[in-house]
Amino acid sequence: MSGPRDSGGCNQPRLDRRAAIRVVLAGRSDLLVVTGLGSTTYDAASVADDECNFYLWGAMGGAAMVGLGLAIARPDRPVLVVTGDGDTLMGLGALATIGVQAPPNLAIAVFDNGRYAETGMQPSHTDSAVDLVGVARSCGIDAALDIADEAALADFTRRVQRKEKTLFARVAIHADEPPRVLPPRDGVLLKNRFRRASGVE
Amino acid sequence: MTDKPQSPPDWRDRIFAALKSADIRQVGYVPDAGHARLIELCCADLEIRAVSLTTEEEGVALAAGAWLGGQRCALLMQSSGVGNCINMLSLAKACRFPLTMLVTMRGEWAEFNPWQVAMGSKTQAALELMDVMVYRVEEERDAAETVAAALDIAFNGSLATAVLLSQRLIGAKRWVK
Repeated sequence: MSGPRDSGGCNQPRLDRRAAIRVVLAGRSDLLVVTGLGSTTYDAASVADDECNFYLWGAMGGAAMVGLGLAIARPDRPVLVVTGDGDTLMGLGALATIGVQAPPNLAIAVFDNGRYAETGMQPSHTDSAVDLVGVARSCGIDAALDIADEAALADFTRRVQRKEKTLFARVAIHADEPPRVLPPRDGVLLKNRFRRASGVE
Repeated sequence: MTDKPQSPPDWRDRIFAALKSADIRQVGYVPDAGHARLIELCCADLEIRAVSLTTEEEGVALAAGAWLGGQRCALLMQSSGVGNCINMLSLAKACRFPLTMLVTMRGEWAEFNPWQVAMGSKTQAALELMDVMVYRVEEERDAAETVAAALDIAFNGSLATAVLLSQRLIGAKRWVK
């Protein structure tokens, strides 16, 4: 057996997660956002507690599928899922389901630090063997990008707005824990304000 | 297709009509023999997006996203799939997302495969533990009406509901043909 393929990214270029989220949400316009359990929720809230953000405070493994249902229901709006490697790994089958459905207005950005930050920075499967870009591509999402610099991330952000095809981006980020910014945790409030702000209620 | 006369609608067709009346626009499913007819009808309908899932819990999240986007989603699964949904049902409960799951039962009436019994015998209890309202259908004549009622209370009351279609109703799976 070989050892870990790349470990934690000491040698790899990686982005600061808060800088990355600012790029992804810059000029968000009519973007609808779903974030995964844990750090990506704090990241999105650190930019602004926008009512068109739907934060998952649980339901680990569910972020991409919430994005799929939303993207199918709202073909007129770009939908961006921002989640972590842990959430993505827990629901890997969702990438297969999304590859088959291929909604052109859905984009998934996985902030990948190869760690379970929420539980104490234990290594995740992406720290060694698993390449999420390869997984996404094998699931039929051919616009699957490996991003480790702000220019490429800004380009991805522009493509999200164009709603031309399903996008997947693995965004390499440092394994650190910036101060938590906690948005509301009341699920009913988050649901209702999202529906109102996005014009379905 | 041949031009043979169409057979009169059976209870599965009437369940489909109930989905249409309730304006269901997304249907998440895991392929299942008991739901085969209903899945065919959903896939053929131009107003319904039928989404084949790799595991049933994906459907709970799909339905939440659909509702955030203003569409109604129903889920079709087998009783074993209910077990796969348990933690994801916390999404429906925490946010009061409306949800209706149509569940074909295994592991009860004349079941050949004992491995189906473990989940089949606990399906209703597992759903109720997660505060899903459960309705059970034993007779063909009750099927569509029960589905319509479960959809009504789910979408009017922002609640999670499940309709269990009994194995006796569906017909036990034939293993030796």
